[in-house]
Amino acid sequence: MPEAIATRELTFAQAVREALAEEMRRDSTVCIFGEDVAEAGTPFKVLSGLVEEFGTNRVIDTPISEAGFTGVAVGAAMTGMRPIADIMFGDFLTLVMDQMVNQAAKVHYMSGGKWKVPMVMRTTLGATRRSAAQHSQSLHAWFSHVPGLKVVLPSTPYDAKGLLKTAIRDDNPVIFFEDKMMHHKLKGPVPAGEYTIPFGVADIKREGEDITLVATSSMVQVALGAAELLEEAGISAEVVDPRTTWPLDEKTLIDSVKKTSRAIVIDEGYGRYGVTSEIAAVIAQGAFYDLDKPVMRMGAMHVPIPFSPPLEDLTVPTEKSVAEAATSLCR
Amino acid sequence: MTTAIGKEKLLRMYRQMMSIRLFEEQVNELYTRALMPGLAHLYSGEEAIAVGICEALRGDDYITSTHRGHGHCLAKGATPNLMFAELLGKRAGYCKGKGGSMHIADPATGNLGANAIVAGSVGIATGAAFSSKHLGNERVAVCFFGEGALGQGIVYEEMNLAQLWKLPVIYVCENNLYTEYTHFSETTAGDILQRATAFGLQAERVDGQDVRAVYSVASQFIERARKGDGPAFLLCDTYRYTGHHVGDINRDYYRAKSEEQHWKNERDPIKILTDYLISENITDNAGLDRIQSDVAAEMKAAVEFAVAAPYPGAEEVDQDVYA
Repeated sequence: MPEAIATRELTFAQAVREALAEEMRRDSTVCIFGEDVAEAGTPFKVLSGLVEEFGTNRVIDTPISEAGFTGVAVGAAMTGMRPIADIMFGDFLTLVMDQMVNQAAKVHYMSGGKWKVPMVMRTTLGATRRSAAQHSQSLHAWFSHVPGLKVVLPSTPYDAKGLLKTAIRDDNPVIFFEDKMMHHKLKGPVPAGEYTIPFGVADIKREGEDITLVATSSMVQVALGAAELLEEAGISAEVVDPRTTWPLDEKTLIDSVKKTSRAIVIDEGYGRYGVTSEIAAVIAQGAFYDLDKPVMRMGAMHVPIPFSPPLEDLTVPTEKSVAEAATSLCR
Repeated sequence: MTTAIGKEKLLRMYRQMMSIRLFEEQVNELYTRALMPGLAHLYSGEEAIAVGICEALRGDDYITSTHRGHGHCLAKGATPNLMFAELLGKRAGYCKGKGGSMHIADPATGNLGANAIVAGSVGIATGAAFSSKHLGNERVAVCFFGEGALGQGIVYEEMNLAQLWKLPVIYVCENNLYTEYTHFSETTAGDILQRATAFGLQAERVDGQDVRAVYSVASQFIERARKGDGPAFLLCDTYRYTGHHVGDINRDYYRAKSEEQHWKNERDPIKILTDYLISENITDNAGLDRIQSDVAAEMKAAVEFAVAAPYPGAEEVDQDVYA
């Protein structure tokens, strides 16, 4: 980013809020539906202050009816609005599956391209918040599986702001997953000026030579931490963040692995039939003759997320477990 | 109590109902001649509801429809040529052949789309009403669904939201007595209207075979919604003349032929309007016969157009996935 433009340190939540406020100022058809989004600013306090600026006609508290207000968002998107539906915990996505999968994702195709659904669904993912099995899942793979949807997984405040602005301006239904552990804990540089980040463009978060760590969302910081540990052991790790699982920037992933010849894919969703499976397959197909070792995958353990802290912590990849896995591949 | 309806409007209603009836006859014919891929769910017998309501709407008002949606689409202004082409999966169809019978959609006539998930469009219709209110364009959205949709929870989520936010949406429940192959009394507890009045919606039950009665109450509800006074629920008693779909031929196990005959002979919406038009000297049999033969010729030509139309090219299969 050009040095002339002032850069601030913002939290992830502040970056999200700034993106929403800027887009709502720019376009009066942008509105927000969700539970406790107005005066409460959501339980995560991500939206604090928006209702004061934009009013309750645009920052709209809903009943606890996820399917209901998501359906309203789909219909409103078809008829001139750019709504944002706020699904507090990603686990509640189970309640909106028909609206997103059978309606939002298919309206454009089924109508022969005549209707479009420019809506965003903001929601959360991630465990280790001691929230147990129904408030800790990372279900982004489900949506990545469905043609007609786009799926965004920002991992830094900078990416969150630029990608959310792109999501709001996109003419398709976009699911935007935020790691709820990042909202207030993760800070990073965000330029004061206007910018957007295109979908389908991976970002190399750290350059390296010996192994590629493909990581998404919450796992990007884990991979960067692992890369530090690996550097101490003399292993140079490259960290690549796809940023969107669909569209997926296959070329950047493949090119990185062609360079390093080893890869681990790390994502907080379940590994089986998940995002790691897909990305590992892309790498295996695209960089087969350059691989020195099979592509490894690390994701949530295949169990419901347990409450008890020592158990919960076992279910998610850590800097240490990623570094150990990488070391074994580089041996 | 029915409002006075002008002669021209009444004759247009007759023509629209006849169009739907003859359209569906052609659909059945296309199915039996194996010219139509898949199945279709016919609206025959229920014509007065779609026509009575759509005649009370503006051209730029919205509708959402169902798997049994041909009647709603035609009543809102769809062209038979493009409807048949869609039913046959042809490139010229409303959805380029990608939607088929259950997904006809058309922005030009305010048709947000027929929907093959039961109650699947209740959210979309309510959302369109939200846009109307937010953008201030005074459009009303009508959400058609069968009584089977009453089993879906989202119907009640949306009625609650619509009433809370005073949205201009009319929920039209077409009770044709059968949820696929099961009588509605086996699936529906309590009083249907009370499900709407519990949320504070204006709700009425109307004879869905009497187009003038449907039009009257629809007009009141639509005007009220347009003024900003909120949503309404209209329960229409009706009957599905044919099976759940065109392939549902042997229906003895769930309903008697005598019941079907009773509705066709005594409760036919076209006959009820015909009797009124003749008794009031609005037209004569010859006049109505002319309309019928006009419509029949239009449908025949539309079928010929669709049968002759080309299929989409292979290159179109992955187009329109994203806008």
